[in-house]
Amino acid sequence: MSSESQNILQVILSDGQPEESLDPKLSETELKRIYRAMTLTRAFDIKSLSLQRQGRIGFYAPAAGQEAAQIGSTCALREDDWVLPTYRDAGVAIFRGVPIPLLYAHLLGNSADIMKGRQMPNHWGYRETNFVSIAATIAAHLPVATGIAMGMKYRKEDKVVMALHGDGATSEGDFHSAYNFAGVFKAPVVFICENNGWAISLPSSKQTASHSFAEKAEAYGFGGVRVDGNDVLAVYKASKEAVDRARKGKGPSMVECITYRMGPHSTSDDPNRYRTKEEIEEWKRKDPIERFRSYLENRGIWTKDFGETVSKENDSLIVNSIKEEERVPRPEIRTMFEDVYAEMPWNLKEQMAYEEEEQRGYS
Amino acid sequence: MPIINIVQAVNQALREEMRRDDRIIVLGEDVGKDGGVFRATEGLYNEFGENRVIDTPLAESGIIGTAIGMAVYGLNPVPEIQFLDFIYPAFDQIVTNLSKLRYRSGGQYSCHLVVRAPYGGGIKGGHYHSQSSEAYFCHTAGLKVVIPSTPYDTKGLLLSSLRDEDPVIFLEPKRIYRAVKGEVPDGEFTVPIGKARIAREGTDVSIFAYGAMLHVAMEGAELATKNGRQVEVVDLRTLVPLDIDAVLDSVRKTGRVIILHEAPKTGGFGAEIAALIAEKAIDYLKGPIIRVAGYDTPFPYTLEEQYMPNAQKVLNAINKIMQY
Repeated sequence: MSSESQNILQVILSDGQPEESLDPKLSETELKRIYRAMTLTRAFDIKSLSLQRQGRIGFYAPAAGQEAAQIGSTCALREDDWVLPTYRDAGVAIFRGVPIPLLYAHLLGNSADIMKGRQMPNHWGYRETNFVSIAATIAAHLPVATGIAMGMKYRKEDKVVMALHGDGATSEGDFHSAYNFAGVFKAPVVFICENNGWAISLPSSKQTASHSFAEKAEAYGFGGVRVDGNDVLAVYKASKEAVDRARKGKGPSMVECITYRMGPHSTSDDPNRYRTKEEIEEWKRKDPIERFRSYLENRGIWTKDFGETVSKENDSLIVNSIKEEERVPRPEIRTMFEDVYAEMPWNLKEQMAYEEEEQRGYS
Repeated sequence: MPIINIVQAVNQALREEMRRDDRIIVLGEDVGKDGGVFRATEGLYNEFGENRVIDTPLAESGIIGTAIGMAVYGLNPVPEIQFLDFIYPAFDQIVTNLSKLRYRSGGQYSCHLVVRAPYGGGIKGGHYHSQSSEAYFCHTAGLKVVIPSTPYDTKGLLLSSLRDEDPVIFLEPKRIYRAVKGEVPDGEFTVPIGKARIAREGTDVSIFAYGAMLHVAMEGAELATKNGRQVEVVDLRTLVPLDIDAVLDSVRKTGRVIILHEAPKTGGFGAEIAALIAEKAIDYLKGPIIRVAGYDTPFPYTLEEQYMPNAQKVLNAINKIMQY
């Protein structure tokens, strides 16, 4: 797959200076909010990986390297818009306002977890901010996103759905169904493809013979653009244009964010088996947070003091949340049987009574 | 009271409920202008327009997947899968999203919709227009599985399904879509999900059946009266949640059990019923539980009459079990 830089939108150049004509000119408040979310996501990521290594949580799928793609895109949404991310999108969860203690409650699977400890880590959902809970099956959320958008259109509302997916997802049938239905019904949905180079061990060059992932959108009758996915302002700019188009009834769009998964696929993965240290080092130099930081510094927004303050706030929020959540007990047995149906049928009541009896026997 | 057939009952239930509830959206292949290949949605497009009766591209995962999205958003979609045999591309959507959304989100989201699909053999449809694959759905926690056998139950159960809070797989026995007619009131009435019906009372043998096989069970039971057998026929109507009380009541009464379905025998829903009876009422059994079922083969074309259970096979099973 081509990696030439032509036609790839960049706003923040490598020296941290913006391409003035392209700068979306976000307010200082908005820029600081993005910086906070990006650094909080990174700190959350590092801490979660270490919790898993210490055996305190079961699993984690890190976001490191993709913060710009996740947060720049989500930043283009209104509060009443909907978002369907993937399990790697901690940045979306954080930017979309899922409280950090709740994120840890979920990673721990304790009784404070909104998902009631039913899903493995990274499978968040938060109805309060229209964040639909996640399935691990790749691309299965994409037709659902299109359907939500069709519902918005049916109700003549000016809301938008954003669905994020990886490069691997583009090979799934559900990618095709979702894009095709979105195109045919002109649904107000924006697809964000986080092309992080790798679907576990498969490089994106072996995922498709297409020149780019963005060009796939053309075949469905709507546009796809390629952006530098480590440039949060470029991601924001392209996403905002796509969201605005959808809101105006002009149908779906796709934004391909070219980025890199700096860590393993998950805590169960060893990327040294399939990619070189040189490649990882090369992308470390393109770290999206450092890129944005240098832009903010050039604009006089980031100072050493500001950076340190944010970092301390992030760390104490994380440390306190973990401390608090590790004290919360496991969910009760009955929660395993609830919410399968609106009302519990006889067989589940019977099985619940059986399990509770078994538990009494053990204690 | 008007006499209508099953496909008309489907149409009537949809039409009446669509007039009452503008959240209902019908979608699927050829359901709009064409009115569906079996005409179940005939006239709905003209009455409700293209935004409520949506002709979709030819992709079952897209049909069910987008319907799930609409349901999550608070609408009440009714996707039609043209033949149950075509549902497998959407199986991931059903198992991954539809059945689990309430559970996996901790009850934050729910996903009520009714998947309608004609199912079953006896129409010379070969492998891919004949299957009876209800067991896959019964095995998936979070789904309800409803299968009517009469026009009255079709309308009443479909209305209940449309108003339910859980996802419902609503399987329509296409072999008897037009063959079985019956009295069905105009206007609103419901038949509850999870309640079986005693289609025929008897004291010697209980036959448990559903869908098109219900009528085969009735024929078999009628043939058995020549030998003085009093056969009870229980129309299960809902497989999940199963009306276990009705099943056990009948078993306690007769002590002899025949389970009838056209789906392949191994791992079919009959196995579940047999296991439940063995767990909960084995003391009442006078003999072995007999399953009369389709064979463990793909559904055949030329030999479909031999594949399908029929009244004679049911009669033979009755005679066999009466030896105990």
